[in-house]
Amino acid sequence: MAGLNKLTIREAGKGLREGKFSCEDLMKDCLAEISAKNKDLNAYVFVDEKMALAEAKEMDKRFKKGEDLGPLMGIPCGVKDNFNTRGVKTTCCSPFLKDFVPPYDASVIKRLRDAGMIMVGKTNMDEFACGGSTEHSCFGATRNPYDLSRVAGGTSGGSAAATSADMCIYAMGSDTGGSIRQPASFCGVTGLKVTYGRVSRSGITAMASSWDTVGHFAKNVEDAAIVLNVTAGKDKKDSTTPDIEVPDYTSFLRKGVKGLRIGIPKEYFGEGIDKEVADKVMEVVEKLKKEGAKVVEVSLPMTKYAVAAYYVMMPAELSANLERFDGIRYGKKPSKTASKDLVEYYFAARGEGFGSEIKRRIMIGTYVLSAGYYDAYYKKAQKVRTLIIKDFEKAFKEVDVLIAPVSPIPAFKVGELVDNPLAMYMADVLTIPASAAGVPSLAVPAGMSKEGLPIGLQIIAPQFEEGRCFTVGDSVEKVQA
Amino acid sequence: MLTEEQVRHVAKLARLKLSDEEVKKFSGQLSGVLEYVDILKEVDTDGVEITSQVTGLKNVLRKDEVVKSEATREELLACSELEIDNNQVKVMHAIK
Repeated sequence: MAGLNKLTIREAGKGLREGKFSCEDLMKDCLAEISAKNKDLNAYVFVDEKMALAEAKEMDKRFKKGEDLGPLMGIPCGVKDNFNTRGVKTTCCSPFLKDFVPPYDASVIKRLRDAGMIMVGKTNMDEFACGGSTEHSCFGATRNPYDLSRVAGGTSGGSAAATSADMCIYAMGSDTGGSIRQPASFCGVTGLKVTYGRVSRSGITAMASSWDTVGHFAKNVEDAAIVLNVTAGKDKKDSTTPDIEVPDYTSFLRKGVKGLRIGIPKEYFGEGIDKEVADKVMEVVEKLKKEGAKVVEVSLPMTKYAVAAYYVMMPAELSANLERFDGIRYGKKPSKTASKDLVEYYFAARGEGFGSEIKRRIMIGTYVLSAGYYDAYYKKAQKVRTLIIKDFEKAFKEVDVLIAPVSPIPAFKVGELVDNPLAMYMADVLTIPASAAGVPSLAVPAGMSKEGLPIGLQIIAPQFEEGRCFTVGDSVEKVQA
Repeated sequence: MLTEEQVRHVAKLARLKLSDEEVKKFSGQLSGVLEYVDILKEVDTDGVEITSQVTGLKNVLRKDEVVKSEATREELLACSELEIDNNQVKVMHAIK
């Protein structure tokens, strides 16, 4: 049965339960698509066909016995390579971890497995989730399914491309400053960045701890809600997950936007934002207005400082988190083991193990945390972050959600920005503020550019109000259908 | 502007071995980033509190008890590429 890989989670789940096809059929179609396309797209860095098929057969058996683990049972999922997966290589696409096989599953992987998820393989990413294009991977760049000369976005570019090109039904990713939303927008799929703490991060390699979130990519908004129903909630192993009720997120779908107050932050449509991108997003907003939404302009004046605050705090936290990579307990030992003492060993292991973007960020982070600079940089950035949060608090007194473009431009060319870190950092200018405030944001396709590249919009809601993102996202899909 | 000497100093703090070429490249690139983040100075933050946690959680405690880990001791030791001796990872000497 060809083409099962194109189904959504709900469609596939229905077919499985009606006995129209098996989990094995579904997995086979995903694997066939990977065989056909991965050479060009480089979305997956590791696929164990035998294991995936064996797990699919196992789920078929359990279905036959009458077991039902819920909507994700037997559904193939791509997993970003910074999620620890027991017995399966987890490299963070870094030379440092090229042969690392973790002896445990990340908490969220465990939850998904308990819900019957089957992993297709591990997806490509920027090394240790640092980049904006999935070009900084030791396995080479992921390409955009809409145009192979362009990037898929980053850092979760592999998961975005795999979902977009139907090499899985949905995929997991992580978002620190835009790493789910931006690639989702570049590849024309739905991508959810959750409220800080909504989903456990235990077992996912830490990048910037006060910013990191775990989310996912899906083919539509409904699927995104279905996955969050499984992944959200308190985890003892991640003390940043509060004990806040997890509603049935699918109950927020099909509600419509009548009477809903939508804020349009003017700073997200100004200078530096491609006109075509801004126009497409506003076209959708106009359609929502016709559905009864109240649209008002709002201002988030601190927007222009968010990137700078991020590029102080993120490298600082990253450099501290990556201190654990010493090449001793795990990770590559240096090729030249002539090191006479321990310190020399550290220098060699870290010098060889980290790629250039990681080194660059460790250097920035170490510098801003070094004696005499901490107050001027890190503390200052933490104060600016408070003001960014206040911007959002003020806006959400007037409106229920915000709608804005995800990225100032559609997908850029491979190699175009790779040696211009500052320009690459600016690609996150519209996604970083929501990360700074810890609020959820859902990226949803908003049409195509004249060149045939996807354009995405984001729906930003107050903390722990992912439901609102789904209500509006669902309508955004409907008004474009 | 970050001099090459400063770059070498920071690399030392970060325990990173850099090639001469990397030192040169980073000197320029890091200076660019630091110049850019200087725009934060424009923002009046007098009397503004810092934010280090965005959802307001404070002092999340757990019981101090031994929990069995999913990974066995053998599995954890197998993650190291260095020699294992008596259930310990053998490293170079730290003190002469």
